[in-house]
Amino acid sequence: MNSSVITDTNLSEINLGIRGNGHPPIVSVKNLNVYAGNHHILKNINLDIPKNKITVLLGPSGCGKTTLLKCMNRLTDLYHELKVTGDVWIDGDNILKSNDNIAALRQKMGLLSQRPYPLPMSIFKNVAYGIKLKGIYDKKLIQYNVEKYLREVGLWEEVKDRLHQPAVGLSIGQQQRLCLARGLAVRPQIILADEPTSALDPISSKIIENLFKELKKNYTIILVTHVLRQAVRLADHVVFMSYGEIIEEGAPADLFKNPATEKLREYIYDGN
Amino acid sequence: MNWRKKTEEVVAREIMRFSTYSLILILVFIIAVIFVKGFSSLTPDMVLKTPQGGFYYGGEGGVLNAIVGSIYIACGATLIAIILGIPAALYINVSLTRYKRLKNIIRFFLDALWGIPSIVYGAFGFTLMLLMGMNASLLAGIIVVALLITPIMVRTFDEILSTIPRGLHEASLALGSTRTEMAYRVLFKQGFSGFITAVLLAFGRGIGDAASVLFTAGYTDLIPTALDEPAATLPLAIFFQLSSPIPEVRERAFAAAAILTIIILIISLAARYLSARYSKTNLR
Amino acid sequence: MRAGRIIIDRASGFWMILSLALILLMPVIMGMGLFLKSVPIWEQNSPWQLIFGSDWSPTRGNFGFWPFIASSLYVTILSFVLSVPVCFFAALYLTQYASERLIRMTYPAIDILAGLPSVIYGVWGILVVVPFISKVISPFFGSNSSGYSIAAGGVVLAIMCIPYILNMLIEVFKTVPSGMKEASLSLGASYWESVKHVVVRKSFAGIVSAFGLGLAKAFGETIAVMMVVGNHIQVTVNPLEAGYPLPALIANNYGEMLSIPMYDAALMFAALLLLAIILIINLIFRYLIYKTHIE
Repeated sequence: MNSSVITDTNLSEINLGIRGNGHPPIVSVKNLNVYAGNHHILKNINLDIPKNKITVLLGPSGCGKTTLLKCMNRLTDLYHELKVTGDVWIDGDNILKSNDNIAALRQKMGLLSQRPYPLPMSIFKNVAYGIKLKGIYDKKLIQYNVEKYLREVGLWEEVKDRLHQPAVGLSIGQQQRLCLARGLAVRPQIILADEPTSALDPISSKIIENLFKELKKNYTIILVTHVLRQAVRLADHVVFMSYGEIIEEGAPADLFKNPATEKLREYIYDGN
Repeated sequence: MNWRKKTEEVVAREIMRFSTYSLILILVFIIAVIFVKGFSSLTPDMVLKTPQGGFYYGGEGGVLNAIVGSIYIACGATLIAIILGIPAALYINVSLTRYKRLKNIIRFFLDALWGIPSIVYGAFGFTLMLLMGMNASLLAGIIVVALLITPIMVRTFDEILSTIPRGLHEASLALGSTRTEMAYRVLFKQGFSGFITAVLLAFGRGIGDAASVLFTAGYTDLIPTALDEPAATLPLAIFFQLSSPIPEVRERAFAAAAILTIIILIISLAARYLSARYSKTNLR
Repeated sequence: MRAGRIIIDRASGFWMILSLALILLMPVIMGMGLFLKSVPIWEQNSPWQLIFGSDWSPTRGNFGFWPFIASSLYVTILSFVLSVPVCFFAALYLTQYASERLIRMTYPAIDILAGLPSVIYGVWGILVVVPFISKVISPFFGSNSSGYSIAAGGVVLAIMCIPYILNMLIEVFKTVPSGMKEASLSLGASYWESVKHVVVRKSFAGIVSAFGLGLAKAFGETIAVMMVVGNHIQVTVNPLEAGYPLPALIANNYGEMLSIPMYDAALMFAALLLLAIILIINLIFRYLIYKTHIE
C-alpha cells in the first residue's frame, strides 16, 4: 500500500451516512468478550450496526475484527479453544444464547471470506445448496433463483454455458462473486464480508466493491478490512478496532478528518 | 423433515464416536490378551537363556538367541538404512528443491516402495543370496531387512525435512557453506527430531518383521558370533513355537510374544518422547 | 583447507545421488530378479493357465494359482469390508468432532497399533479370533469349523489395516480448509450436513486412494494371515473354511522347493505376481493422491 493520507478529493467520496437513520440497529453487540486460553481476544465490545448501511470494521491485522465477525454468526463454535461471553442480538434474536436452530439463524447472514471457498460441486449446485437447505426442492424454483442471484452478481453471462462444471474452474474473482451469489440465494438480511477483496486482483476487487454499493439498498453489509482506502470508498459507518477493543466509531467524514484518538491518527497517517 | 435431519446427525455422530473409541478398545484388548497370556509363562530364564537340550519338547531354556539375533539384525539393517537413506532424503531437500516435479515423482515412487510386502523382499533376498552363493545368515538377514526399511526411513525423514523453511537453506548458503555443509550442519540439525523418529520407526519395523527374514536369516539356537552365521529372530521364534503341538512350547511362544510387544512399546514410547524433546529446540 | 571442503562436498554429493538412485532402482531390480527366476515356468505355461488354473500339483508339474489368488482376494475383501467403515467414521470423528483430549489419547494408540509386528496380530488371532469362530460363530451357523479360516484371516487382517488406512484418511480430511466448512455452515447447513456434503465430498479422491492402498497392504500381508487362515488348498465360498493365500504359499514352501522341479520358479512367479499387483495398485492410487494435491 502506498501512503493513505486522506486528501480532500477522496474525502468527498465519503458517504455522509448518518447513524441509525431512524431504524433500530439490526445487529447489537452487548458486553462481548472472547478468550482463547489466557488471551483476551475481544474486550467488552458494545456495538450497534445500522440497517441497510455498509459498516466497516477497520483495524490492523490481528486486532480481532474477524473474530468479532465470526461471533455474529456463531462460527466461533468451530473453535473449541474460544470462550465467548456476552450477547449478540440480531434482528431480535440473541444468537449467542439461542440453542435451537443455529442453522436458520445463520441463514439471516451471508458470509464472504478472505479467500473464496467454492463448495466442491458444480457452479449451479453451489448456488442451489443454500436454497435446498431452506427446504425448497422445486426444480423450477431453484433454477429461477440460481439464475436470479447469478445475475445479481453479474456472473450469469459468464457462466451460463458451464453451470454444471466444477466451481473450482472459475477464476478467483469469479469464485468470489459466486460465493456472494450463493450467500444471497438464502435471502439473508446481513452480509458479513471478511476482507473479501484481499485475495483478488484490482479489477475483481472493484467489481465486488461496486456490487456492495448496489446491495446496500436491500442488505446490511458488515465489512472487515484493514485497507483504509476501501473503508473510505465504501463506509457509511466506521468502527476502528485495535488489540481487541473498539477505539473509535462514527461517520467516516468525522472519523477520518478529525480522529479523536492518537491510535486512529497514527493508523490514518502512517499507512496501514 | 427436521426430525429426520436431527436423527441422522445424532446417529452419524454416535457411529463415529463408537468407531473412534473402538480403536482404543482394540489396542487395549490386543495388548491385554498378549500380556495376560504371556506373563503367565514369562520367567527370567526366557530372556536370560538360550534354548537348552529338549527345549522344543518343553525342556529348559529361553529365547535369548532370538532376542539377540533380532536386535543384531535390526541394528545392522538400521545402520545400512541410515547410510543409504539419510543422504538420499537430504539430497531430495537440498539439491532438488528447485525441481518440484522431479521431487514429487521421487516421493511418489518412494511411497509406492513402502507398500511392497515384506514377503516379496524375502523372496527377492533369497534369490539374491543364491546368486551370490551365500547361506542363510545374519548378513543376508541384515541386507534384506535394510532393503525393507530404507524407503520408510527416507520418507519419514524427508517428511520432516520438507517442513523446514527455504529461508534457512538460503541463509546458510549465503554464509558461505557448501551444499554438503548446509545439508549436514543445518538441515540435519533442524530435522533431528525427524531423524530420531525415522530411525526408531525403521528399527521397530526391522525388529518385528518376520516374512523377510524367514528364508534369509535362518534359525539357530546359538547366539551368532559372526556375520556369516545364521541368526534366530524373535518373530520367527514365536511363529515356530506356536506351530508346535506341545502346550509348554506354545506357552513359551506367548511369553516371547509378550517380550516382543514390550520391545515395540518401548521403541514407540521412546520415539514419542525423543521427538518431542528434540523438536522443542527447533525453529518453528 | 578450501580444496578439502570442496572434495568432501563433491564426494558426499555423489554418495547422495548414488543412494537415492539405488533406492529408486530397487523395485526395478526386484522385478527383474523375480522375473528372471520365474522364466522357466513361463516357458511351459501361459500366464492365463497359471493365474486361472486351479490344479495345484507340483509333483506332476501342474501349477494353477487360482486357489491361492482366490483365497487372497477373499481374505482381502473381507478385511476391507470390516475395516473400512471403522476407519472412515473414526477418521471423520477425529478430524471434525473430537476434543483435544480425545485426540491426545487416540493418536498414540493408532501409532502403537501401526507399529505392532504382524506376528503379534497373528498370536492375538490364534488366542481370540480362532477360538471365537470355532466355539461361537460356527456352532451358531450349525457348521463345524476349527476356527482356522478365511473369516479369521479377514478379521485379523482388518485390524492390522485399520491404523494404516486411518492415518491416510486423517491426512486427507485434514487438508479440507476450514473456510469451506464455514461457508457451508453460513449457508444454513447443520454441522453434519457440512461434513457430509463438503468435507467428505471434497476428500473423495483421497478416500478412494486410502481404501485402495489399504487393499494393497492387505493383499500382501503374510505372517499374521498365515497363522490363522488354515493353509488348506481349496476354492470355497464359505468363510468358515480354511484358505491358502498367495503370500502364505510362498512363506510355507520355501524349504522344500528345491527338490521339486519348477517349484522354485513357481514360487518366484507367485512373488512376482504379488509385487506386480501391489505395485500397480500403489502407483494408481498414489498418482490419484498426487494429482489431487496439486489442484
